[in-house]
Amino acid sequence: MSALAQAAPGLGDDAIAERRHGLRRRPGGRMPRPARIGLYVFLFTAALMFLLPLYVMVATSIKPMEEIRLGNLFGLPVRITLAPWAQAWMSACTGLECGGIRAGFMNSVAIVVPSTVLSILLGALNGYALSFWRPRGAQALFVVLLTGAFIPYQVMLFPLIRALAALGLFGTLPGVVLIHTLFGMPVMTLLFRNYYAGVPHELFMAARIDGGGFWRIFVQLMLPMSLPIVVVATIMQVTAIWNDFLIGLVFAGHDWLPMTVQLNNIINTTTGERLYNVNMAATLLTSAVPLAVYLISGRWFVRGIAAGAVKG
Amino acid sequence: MNVSIKQLAVRMGANTVLSDLDLDVVAGEFLVLLGPSGCGKSTLLHAIAGLIDTDAGSVHIGGRDVTWADPKDRAIGMVFQSYALYPTMNVERNMSFGLRVAGLPKAEIARRVERASKMLQLDPLLARKPAQLSGGQRQRVAIGRALVREAQVFLFDEPLSNLDAKLRTELRRELKALHRDLGATMIYVTHDQVEAMTLATRVAVMCAGRIQQIGTPGEVYARPANMFVAGFLGSPSMNFIEGEIDGTAATLGLRPEHIALHPADGALPAAQVTLVEAMGAHEVVWLDLEGHRLAAIAPAAGVHAIGDRVGVQMMLARASVFDPVSQERIERSAVSFRRRPR
Repeated sequence: MSALAQAAPGLGDDAIAERRHGLRRRPGGRMPRPARIGLYVFLFTAALMFLLPLYVMVATSIKPMEEIRLGNLFGLPVRITLAPWAQAWMSACTGLECGGIRAGFMNSVAIVVPSTVLSILLGALNGYALSFWRPRGAQALFVVLLTGAFIPYQVMLFPLIRALAALGLFGTLPGVVLIHTLFGMPVMTLLFRNYYAGVPHELFMAARIDGGGFWRIFVQLMLPMSLPIVVVATIMQVTAIWNDFLIGLVFAGHDWLPMTVQLNNIINTTTGERLYNVNMAATLLTSAVPLAVYLISGRWFVRGIAAGAVKG
Repeated sequence: MNVSIKQLAVRMGANTVLSDLDLDVVAGEFLVLLGPSGCGKSTLLHAIAGLIDTDAGSVHIGGRDVTWADPKDRAIGMVFQSYALYPTMNVERNMSFGLRVAGLPKAEIARRVERASKMLQLDPLLARKPAQLSGGQRQRVAIGRALVREAQVFLFDEPLSNLDAKLRTELRRELKALHRDLGATMIYVTHDQVEAMTLATRVAVMCAGRIQQIGTPGEVYARPANMFVAGFLGSPSMNFIEGEIDGTAATLGLRPEHIALHPADGALPAAQVTLVEAMGAHEVVWLDLEGHRLAAIAPAAGVHAIGDRVGVQMMLARASVFDPVSQERIERSAVSFRRRPR
């Protein structure tokens, strides 16, 4: 024990080291006062900029149309009503039908869940095979797959429509799921390949000596180890597929239009006056899922990103 | 079981890592593959384990040709430098993974895990995850994983390199005791000459994909086959002095402990002390002998100081002689050795 540690019991080693080097922080923080004020002003302004549209949307969605017609966009609602939300959910008109955005919500769930699960499973499998089994031509295959990630969807739309039509999958739920899975593969493969590149190769060799085959090592060893990156992949895929408009519009057909497309239809369908409150409520309902994903998984998301950096 | 390797070749891309390599490991022996990084010793071990494809030659374990056999069918257990424990499984499941894969009955798995954990004092840790273990405990689990397989041949790939010095010596003793108790064949890769000298029944010194010399630690140390082996073993390493014996050029190899230092009295060649390294029980004295830099080990500490002039007595009867061109050992007496003046 050093003399300082004896003289000041209760101080941790870090604190002692800080004293020794004269680095102990002044009470009240390191930064000079004006800089700190400037920082808060900046943060406050930035927060205001981002929150203002949200406030307008929420406020508008709970105002009756009479209040909206007054044109006071930033005014607080006087008479709060939840009727626009109910209308948006159950009876707003999307084109000729007036069933609200409810059907779109169910469709989006039906598209997102299998697409997310499939694309993550395939991405993990690809990444695992590329990292550990290194089949002949794996590198070339990976380059081709990555190139796919840089080609805009629009270029591939027409060939894909023809291909799906030939398979009899155009305008069906399996068709949309297939397209989402395909488009998700490059990024998912990259994500998992990089994650597995950080796993010591000796772990794989140990499992080989223990008699593990391709599937057993994947299912019993690698997948359970991949939880942090699976969470990250889930967040990426759920938000991307939920927010997708183009693929849903083109491939889903009339019966499986996702929520984003339905939202667009609600907002563009006008009979008489524009129901701003209903539109705002429908928009908030549509963005609720990605928002919830971020809010609930924020901690996991950070942990997943950090998991790549810290070993053990 | 014995391990027999014939004319083995391994290429990685355009690089030839091993070529035309022969090695016979006797059943029950502790063979250490010793060499600097990149000499091919780990590659050789991986080839024995079946973890890499070989390009030519054969590997026999227990008389059976396993050149193309799956790693699990080679009756081997392997311990890695990074421990390579399955991070999501607890100690018990780490050890039993291979047995569960093989589909052994539950009672048999339990019996083997219990036996191995008793031997390695792991019983109180069976429910822990690898992250909750210390480095030494992790390496014990890794050894346990090889034990439960009831392997006939154990392969160790620098298993102690990630441990601190104290644990390393402790586990080194445990490994030696384990070898004595099991009587199994062990092949052990390391770049640490102390591990090689203390553990091995035979050492194979490797360099550039070739086995330079194979023999008991004593043989390899006392009668190195060439200047690489001579310089690689021993600390500080062997002194090389150029000169001639009866008119033919020769390089003398003299270990530091075979140089005795006396007070300079004119009878012995005089050298100047340039550096003294205290080692506790003894000290390493660096000398300048008419332009030759020599290391000598003085049995007592605190005797010499920088700048001292000392008389150097070389124990030529214990020295090795090498051909200065081929660097191979020459079997001849060094007694009539003459230093080449510098």
